[in-house]
Amino acid sequence: MKKKVLVIGVIGADVHAVGNRILYHAFTEAGFEVVNLGVMVSQEEYIAAAIESAADAIVVSSLYGQGELDCRGMREKCDEAGLKGIPMVVGGNIVIGKQKFEDVEKRFKAMGFDRAFPPNTPPETTIQALRELLHMEE
Amino acid sequence: MKPILLIDFGSTYTKVTAVDIENEVLLGTADAYTTIETDVRNGLENALQKLHAITGPLDYAARYACSSAAGGLRMVTSGLVPELTAEAAHQASLGAGAKVIKCFSFQLTEDDIEEIMHISPDIFLLVGGTDGGNTECILHNAKMLSAVPFTFPVIIAGNRTAARECERILQGHEVHIVDNVMPKFGVLNTEPARKKIRELFLNRIIQAKGLTGAQELLSGILMPTPSAVMKAMELLSRGCEGESGIGDLICVDVGGATTDIYSMADGMPKDAGTVYKGLPEPYGKRTVEGDIGMRYSVRGIVEAAGIARICRLAGLPEDRVNELLAQLDEHKDLIPEAGSDLEKLDFALASMAIETAVSRHAGTMEETYTLLGLTYVQSGKDLRHVKQLVVTGGSLIRTRRTGDIAAHAFASPLQPTSLRPLTCDIRVDRKYILAAMGLLSEYQPQTALRIMKKELQYDGYSEQTNS
Repeated sequence: MKKKVLVIGVIGADVHAVGNRILYHAFTEAGFEVVNLGVMVSQEEYIAAAIESAADAIVVSSLYGQGELDCRGMREKCDEAGLKGIPMVVGGNIVIGKQKFEDVEKRFKAMGFDRAFPPNTPPETTIQALRELLHMEE
Repeated sequence: MKPILLIDFGSTYTKVTAVDIENEVLLGTADAYTTIETDVRNGLENALQKLHAITGPLDYAARYACSSAAGGLRMVTSGLVPELTAEAAHQASLGAGAKVIKCFSFQLTEDDIEEIMHISPDIFLLVGGTDGGNTECILHNAKMLSAVPFTFPVIIAGNRTAARECERILQGHEVHIVDNVMPKFGVLNTEPARKKIRELFLNRIIQAKGLTGAQELLSGILMPTPSAVMKAMELLSRGCEGESGIGDLICVDVGGATTDIYSMADGMPKDAGTVYKGLPEPYGKRTVEGDIGMRYSVRGIVEAAGIARICRLAGLPEDRVNELLAQLDEHKDLIPEAGSDLEKLDFALASMAIETAVSRHAGTMEETYTLLGLTYVQSGKDLRHVKQLVVTGGSLIRTRRTGDIAAHAFASPLQPTSLRPLTCDIRVDRKYILAAMGLLSEYQPQTALRIMKKELQYDGYSEQTNS
């Protein structure tokens, strides 16, 4: 069966490279085809990569607290670019300060993300969520 | 051993170069007006007569040629995302020495197809999608093409999943499948497409360009002239067995209608604090500026540099510059006399042609402040540490101020983000031998390299540039 393709990267002016490498290896190990855009990725870069590679999902990381600003409008841009309904998930330290994660999750879902993950989420959790989103059998 | 003859069939001139292989010297060079409408052999015969007037009669062991006659190798490409596969297709075509008339991206429309039919390219390069990626776009574009009665060959270098289906859609036409120009995201693989383009140029295009008449006189290889220059520069940079190259270099060819830039350098970020963005670029990269040239594209130079800078560099008032520009619009064949105002203007135009074209070719480095401090974001090639600059083209060869003009290729405080070379040795192609040496490199690389090292002479500059 054809591998599912993920486009991953760290959004905005964020240069945290280590978690990105860990996710790349974890997703590849789990049987995904991974297009890794690295750090400081703009919304447009995720979208361009997803178009060329016919990606099945976009995985956005943000570690520096500005994720909410960086992610705003991304769903609309995907729709505009012909990627209507592409699954998008986000995780990391996606907001500043101590906020209840339920509220944070609600805000990111309202922005069009299918899933949002709090800090310290193990890769396995994200992989499981992606499998569900992409209707993959175990 | 008998000498070898190298021929460059240009759009206006046929240039010939005779080389003594044994002693590794140029016996002579000459040029004559090309008469492609009647028979290219006339231009060649005239050039040879001029050459033999200098050298005496010669009996050649072999004759090799390259050509940019009849508009050069005209190509149209179509890809998917403009910055990704569409750009990869563009680079593959330029690297093969083609003149890219138009690059389409995303799905072709009926208007696009009409435009393609109107352009009637020599070769169409159809790409899109990484391997296993998007197939929709390339299939759509193949279908759009199949609906019209075109006659040009099509090279398919896109998503391999869709290649055979594209071929079936285009049944009845000449179609060639090669490896994807971007097999994985962010990985350029332009060589297979480049190879196929050169092959088609040889087998098919030569006939269409009326060069078959000359073929019986030739012993082999016809390639597009820019491709020959590219080969020469690659050899000069990297060297060959038994002879070392001169390392990373940039070559600038300022022509009448366009300006070509070649860079032979890796150019990728060296330190960990720099983030690279965009498509990685090939070691040997060629760009062509269609709006920058010394006669047919003078207005493009003025537009890019601004009239004020042209006036300042020329040392002429704006009225006078406008007067001269109007003259150049009328007469494309004006050659300045020593000490004339036109010579001053040509100095300014050539300087700005180089600055503009090298700026567009080189990458950029921007400073970004992140929460972790200062970060550098690079896109395109970092040419700051390139130490060799080769210049060619009439406006640079036929002036005494070559060095001062060429120094405009260097980094300037006026454009702090541009990754142009900090400073270089300047070598001048006074005898116009680059294409000939590229041809020779196919057979006698060592000889070609040693002749280039000898003939491309150094030229100083007087540090009063970048005003």
